[in-house]
Amino acid sequence: MLWLTVLAACAGCFLLKLAGWSVPRRWLDRPRLQRAAVLLPVPLLAALVVVQAFAGDRALVLDARAAGLAVGGALVLARAPFLLVVVAAAGTAAAVRALA
Amino acid sequence: MAVGAYGLSFGAAAVTAGLSTLQACVLSLLLFTGASQFALVGVVGAGGGALAAVAGALLLGTRNTLYAVRLSSLVPARGLRRPLAAQLTIDETTGMATAAPPGLATTAFWATGLSVYVLWNLATLLGAVGAARLGDPAALGLDAAVPAAFLALLAPQLRTRPLAAAALAGALVAALAVPFVPPGVPVLLAGLVVLPALVRR
Repeated sequence: MLWLTVLAACAGCFLLKLAGWSVPRRWLDRPRLQRAAVLLPVPLLAALVVVQAFAGDRALVLDARAAGLAVGGALVLARAPFLLVVVAAAGTAAAVRALA
Repeated sequence: MAVGAYGLSFGAAAVTAGLSTLQACVLSLLLFTGASQFALVGVVGAGGGALAAVAGALLLGTRNTLYAVRLSSLVPARGLRRPLAAQLTIDETTGMATAAPPGLATTAFWATGLSVYVLWNLATLLGAVGAARLGDPAALGLDAAVPAAFLALLAPQLRTRPLAAAALAGALVAALAVPFVPPGVPVLLAGLVVLPALVRR
């Protein structure tokens, strides 16, 4: 099942890319479509932040991940490099779990 | 440099979510779109279904279609080159090709695409092998690295008020949906907040 998920996503995402190269330009070159496509990743990424940090078993939970996210978020605001952000977030969550 | 760090975290996140090292590498080789790959392993790690995982990856992959439309007028790619060019259609290559001076777009596209491809895949392998050897992912806090990675991806995109509003709305929709729908689905519902942009002139 996991392999099926992996391969289906690979095929689908490749076809999405190929479609843009292959279909007539005027089909996709519409301002409203462009605006929605530019906008779409933003709510999706924001939702992924919330879900990955706070979702438990059908409930919102506050655990060590939230502490990691807080530290990561502060580093993002300080324009820290990507690797530092993720390592600090992981380290914080690990420390909170070790102490708890 | 950023690609390397991002690829390392992807490899680690994929293995933490329960994918094998080979599955992580196949995603980087064949899917080759960071945000989609992260979304897929995020849903799988949260125990979401296959459909939700694939749908999340596809929704984040739709912007590549629009990138391809823009690129197809800048970079000639016919015959066998077209599927290759399609595979390399991502944020970085679109950015470099559109920013390149006239006449250099094609070179910028292929040079960026091939170097990012090699780096991304090497970094994924390293991250996956590393995480597979490290032991208990939760004890290492690797599950907290994933939301932080998404936040780091999101932050540079929040340039305007409508974009910030879309982020806030997406976060809110997802938070409200978590108790009521299976894992993976809250993220898909959050995508609905862009519908007004499709309808409004």
